[in-house]
Amino acid sequence: MRRVKWLLPALYILFVLLPIYWLLNMSFKTTNEILGSFTWWPGHITLENYRTILTDPTWYTGYLNSLAYVLMNTVISVSLALPAAYAFSRYRFMGDKHLFFWLLSNRMAPPAVFALPFFQLYSAIGLFDTHVAVALAHCLFNIPLAVWILEGFMSGVPKELDETAFVDGYPFWRFFIRIFIPTIAAGIGVAAFFCFMFSWVELLLAKTLTAVVAKPIAAVMTRTASTSGYELGLLAAAGALTIIPGAFVIYFVRNYIAKGFALGRV
Amino acid sequence: MSGRTPNQKAWWLVMPVVLLVAFNAVIPLMTVVNYSVQETFGDNQFFFEGVTWFEQILHSSRFHDALERQLLFTAIVLAIEVPLGVAIALAMPRSGAWSSVCLVLMAMPLLIPWNVVGAMWNIFALPDIGLLGHSLNALGFDYNFTRQPLAAWSTLVAMDVWHWTSLVVLLAYAGLSAIPTAFYQAAKIDGASAWAVFCYIQLPKMKRVLMIAVLLRFMDSFMIYTEAIVLTGGGPGNSTSLLSIDLVKIALGQFDLGPAAAMSLIYFLIILLLSWVFYAVMTRDEAQS
Repeated sequence: MRRVKWLLPALYILFVLLPIYWLLNMSFKTTNEILGSFTWWPGHITLENYRTILTDPTWYTGYLNSLAYVLMNTVISVSLALPAAYAFSRYRFMGDKHLFFWLLSNRMAPPAVFALPFFQLYSAIGLFDTHVAVALAHCLFNIPLAVWILEGFMSGVPKELDETAFVDGYPFWRFFIRIFIPTIAAGIGVAAFFCFMFSWVELLLAKTLTAVVAKPIAAVMTRTASTSGYELGLLAAAGALTIIPGAFVIYFVRNYIAKGFALGRV
Repeated sequence: MSGRTPNQKAWWLVMPVVLLVAFNAVIPLMTVVNYSVQETFGDNQFFFEGVTWFEQILHSSRFHDALERQLLFTAIVLAIEVPLGVAIALAMPRSGAWSSVCLVLMAMPLLIPWNVVGAMWNIFALPDIGLLGHSLNALGFDYNFTRQPLAAWSTLVAMDVWHWTSLVVLLAYAGLSAIPTAFYQAAKIDGASAWAVFCYIQLPKMKRVLMIAVLLRFMDSFMIYTEAIVLTGGGPGNSTSLLSIDLVKIALGQFDLGPAAAMSLIYFLIILLLSWVFYAVMTRDEAQS
């Protein structure tokens, strides 16, 4: 019975890894080898695809652009969501419940619906093709999420903490920054993880809002796919490199993911 | 959200969030509403059309077909991912290094950009050089997802299961790890079977996170766009043109702003309505038990 129990997660992980393996496999092959015949692993391992990406500015600036707006978005979302989540978790105010659900309903807006209006809006205010535009646009779904997660974590902190600090004469902001934020550090980590994740994987808006200067890696990939024919090896290498930041982030929050889900009610 | 003190000044704390989200949500939404009641012939000339586009969309067989495909896709995906995710979470080691390894490996698909997910599955499923496509054909199946609608559908579903089951696993796992061990000890003393433990301890404790999982999976599968367009492009024919794909075809391909905007609003309202129904039904069950 115990041995059988292992089977399902193991099979599932195998299923998760197979397409990733195939991507890596392709990324180490030359395009000729890929199109030539079916092979289970690369005949001659070539790093040419990776070298092209890491030395050609049109490629690597794509990664830098993506990272730039993702980090900006994470910082904006989490820092604005912190006081809001505190308000939702500690105070009752007019329209608080409706406001909370209105915020969450934005998580349900399909990006396909907003693509064109976003393009017009950000062009009108002169932010088109900047990192800030994408970072701000991604706030549409990341801020509600961050507020939701952080509110869950904050509600797990006993109110006595706040009351004691105020009795001791702490002004609000000093209490908030010096005492409260360190208390919910794990929650901030989890919220930042989810903001990073959803901003990193979203591409429809990122592509719509950029042209040249702030073009994300995904747009570089699709453009290359259509202009330079069928360079599968190069595309596979580019795809494989997009997995790295995510894998890095998961590794850091691995102990908090499960807890964060439970407390943060994502 | 219990035991909160009344304080109207708390509005100042939520103000930045409200302003930024409103900027991003209200202005584009109003733009869409604006387009949805007008006709344009280019040159920035607009004519008021009232609800013409809405009537047209609601009566068009194209929209009905896309909606049916979307509902079918979402239903299949939910029916596979939720039970599978729960089963995997139940079978996972509860603590220790192996559980970390499992979590990290399983979370990988969640952090891959969506177009890369599509491209990866495209390469994976190609009938001649893809691992999946090649193996299936070598085993004697006639499989080509670029030509057979059924194969395209199966590949699309497999991709979504690959991409998102982990989310259900993580949520279910989180729900499970929140159960105190005393519960299991009590069940053991009573001689409860594994099935009884699942029905009376694990499932009720997982109810809230599962509700969130179903809601999130419902919303996101209803909004699927990038992965599907990269994998199948809505084809062969229109067989995998889900709502988003059809919408973008109309909006950007044919530049019919009015109908596209009307369709966007209908689409958004469907998601809101169904999510609300899901939410209401599930919270009602929770309140009863």
